[in-house]
Amino acid sequence: MTKTTRTEILKTYKLFIGGQFPRTESGRYFQILNPKTKKPFANVSQGSRKDVRDAVSAARKAFPGWSSKTAYNRGQILYRMAEILEKRRGEFVDEIESMTKTGNRKKAEQEVNTCIDRLVWYAGWADKYTQIFGTVNPVAQPYFNFTIPEPTGVVGIIASDELALLPFVSKLAPAIISGNTVVILASEKFPLSAITFAEVIATSDVPAGVVNIITGYKKELITPLAKHMDVNSVNYTGSDPAILKLLQEEGATNVKRIVAHDYPVGEGWFKPTAQSPYWINSFVEMKTTWHPIGV
Amino acid sequence: MTAPEKKVTRLEVVEPKSLQFGKKWDYAPSPESTDPVKIKPRYELFIGGKFTAPKSGNYFKTINPATEEVLSEIAEGNEADVDIAVKAARNAYEKYWSKLAPAERAKYIFRIARQLQEKAREFAILETMDNGKPIKETRDFDVPTAAAHLFYYAGWADKLEYAFPGRKTRPLGPCGLIVPWNFPLLIAIWKIAPALATGNTVVIKPSKTTSLSLLHLAKIIEEADLPPGVVNVVTGTGKTGDMIVRHQDIQKISFTGSTTVGKGIIQATAGTGKKLTMELGGKSANIIFEDAALDQAIEGVINGIYFNQGHVCCAGSRLFVQEGIHDEVIRRLKDRMQTLRVGNPLDKNTDIGAVNSKEQLETIRALVKSGVDEGCEIYQAPCKLPEKGFWFAPTFFTGVAQSHRIAREEIFGPVLSILTFRTPEEAVEKANNTAYGLAAAVWTDKGSKIFKISSKLKAGVVWGNTYNKFDPASPFGGYKESGFGREGGLHGLLPYVELTHD
Repeated sequence: MTKTTRTEILKTYKLFIGGQFPRTESGRYFQILNPKTKKPFANVSQGSRKDVRDAVSAARKAFPGWSSKTAYNRGQILYRMAEILEKRRGEFVDEIESMTKTGNRKKAEQEVNTCIDRLVWYAGWADKYTQIFGTVNPVAQPYFNFTIPEPTGVVGIIASDELALLPFVSKLAPAIISGNTVVILASEKFPLSAITFAEVIATSDVPAGVVNIITGYKKELITPLAKHMDVNSVNYTGSDPAILKLLQEEGATNVKRIVAHDYPVGEGWFKPTAQSPYWINSFVEMKTTWHPIGV
Repeated sequence: MTAPEKKVTRLEVVEPKSLQFGKKWDYAPSPESTDPVKIKPRYELFIGGKFTAPKSGNYFKTINPATEEVLSEIAEGNEADVDIAVKAARNAYEKYWSKLAPAERAKYIFRIARQLQEKAREFAILETMDNGKPIKETRDFDVPTAAAHLFYYAGWADKLEYAFPGRKTRPLGPCGLIVPWNFPLLIAIWKIAPALATGNTVVIKPSKTTSLSLLHLAKIIEEADLPPGVVNVVTGTGKTGDMIVRHQDIQKISFTGSTTVGKGIIQATAGTGKKLTMELGGKSANIIFEDAALDQAIEGVINGIYFNQGHVCCAGSRLFVQEGIHDEVIRRLKDRMQTLRVGNPLDKNTDIGAVNSKEQLETIRALVKSGVDEGCEIYQAPCKLPEKGFWFAPTFFTGVAQSHRIAREEIFGPVLSILTFRTPEEAVEKANNTAYGLAAAVWTDKGSKIFKISSKLKAGVVWGNTYNKFDPASPFGGYKESGFGREGGLHGLLPYVELTHD
């Protein structure tokens, strides 16, 4: 007689590009170890510069549609992301907990809760930040002159390695609520939650290509992202002066907006100061229109 | 068999009429007197509130581009001079400017504004002599707009707490301001006014060919009794500018100039944490729809590309005409160009003055040659150009494709490239098909169309039924490779401050 025990089905962590979950074109992987057992937990795609380029193409393709959606609609979609994440709380908490040495479940719960609340917070900004940062300008000529923020375009985000999910969500939300499409380099240390979060994105009416996630080594992926002529801005979360220098040097090729300021550290990610309409403001361009007044 | 008779489906004007003015458009000369301006034979640096000889010991000549006459010689700042200037700015920041009550800071800026208005005629003439631009522009645009900017930002100095909801502002310290030669005084003040209002001190460098107006402004700053070192003027070449950019204690750089130099500055400051404002080149689209008021649009085309000899970063250098009105627009444009007066910039009737330098003239000629070589059809206004000085006749090209160099590269001269489109979607697509994104204009009788097209254009400023309008309350700056940061308006404060929670 054979005794049957159920064997667990393991998940393959792939990239997220153009609404799909492809493996890296390079066929490479890197292993994430279970910090307690030191056994491999997952083989994660080691993304390549070609993957970055594919992600940028997908983001550019998605930009016209996403940027011309109404603010109300983008707010609804972000709120939907929060709803889905809420329902999958347990799964995220488990994953985050298993990835940390101490297995601090409380901390993992706090992190996921903050992510949900942060999504709701930014969802509410969708139809308000324009009112805060836009102006009507009293020019001394017969024109109705106004300045409004518009999305910068395709934005690269380099996620922080400090936590698995919260820094990722904290930068993603202000970027997409303002109509940008993004390519995110997931945390090198904690890539799993980013890819699992892609499943939230994929089921929240976020159009394909609005968010693209690449896992892999920063050392390899930052340069092609910073150099890419169709990326309008790169948002860096961290304090490594060498990375900042690299981004600004390479980003100069097409006058990219390199944003790296005011980022929180450690516990700071949980605080209200880690969410701000001024973060939305760093993902936009100001357009001024002169409209004639007359009969 | 006889050939079938050609079927006439509509009446066509075989030979379109064109206006022939002949000599009827000649005016008697009306030159502005240069008496109100006293140009000194030599100008020193202005550092720490004093005019001081440069450590370099070098001087370079500055000429009137309309006559090639030497106007004066100007000190060339070297590394030691830049260092002294930055230290003076740091000292002034620590000792005076950051300790001054904001309302008092405002009063100094108001003083400069008033004095500039009082000396407006002097500045207009001086700027025209040094730059080559027509007196009617310096008199009616450059100088009054500069004064207006000072007034606008002076008023902000003690109201900054209302500018950014939930945040306070903190000044940055010594700022390096690099000014181009196309609007030497105006762009200098675009930078000085918000920098001072937000509590910073500055080291400013004019372009090598146009230092005089800024040096006369330094005189005003001296007479206005500003604390020494709050504004320092270091004249010189591009090298001098580079030294300012690289100086360790410069906290912020505001640069207006070419995209190539701008990219170099971004790279030179990479990783230093210096804040940057980049106001770079452009290839702006001027779009005329069939329903536009054509005479008005033609004026906008002329103003868009021939204002300031086309030495305007936001010049409407790509004209997009809806196909149905193409021939009509060309005819009217040619008529209008006959009436443009090119010549002595000091003459009050002059529409188009001298090109600022020999180098720039050569750049313009090279790009125009590429247009001809690539098979575009050239038209140049029939005008007699003076023998001395640097001149280029108002020019436009038809039959231009998007791939031609004259449709892609910034010419920075009075040269227009004309393209066509059929649908609004095509207009937007073609207008956005450029690495630049500084400005654009839309000409139509339909207000809703202005809003719609404006929202689709990737440009920092969009003009509806007008072109080249500026106002201190209106932010100016680019998308994409035209730079980042804004000058003017509330948004023009942000580049000069750090936002803090308390």
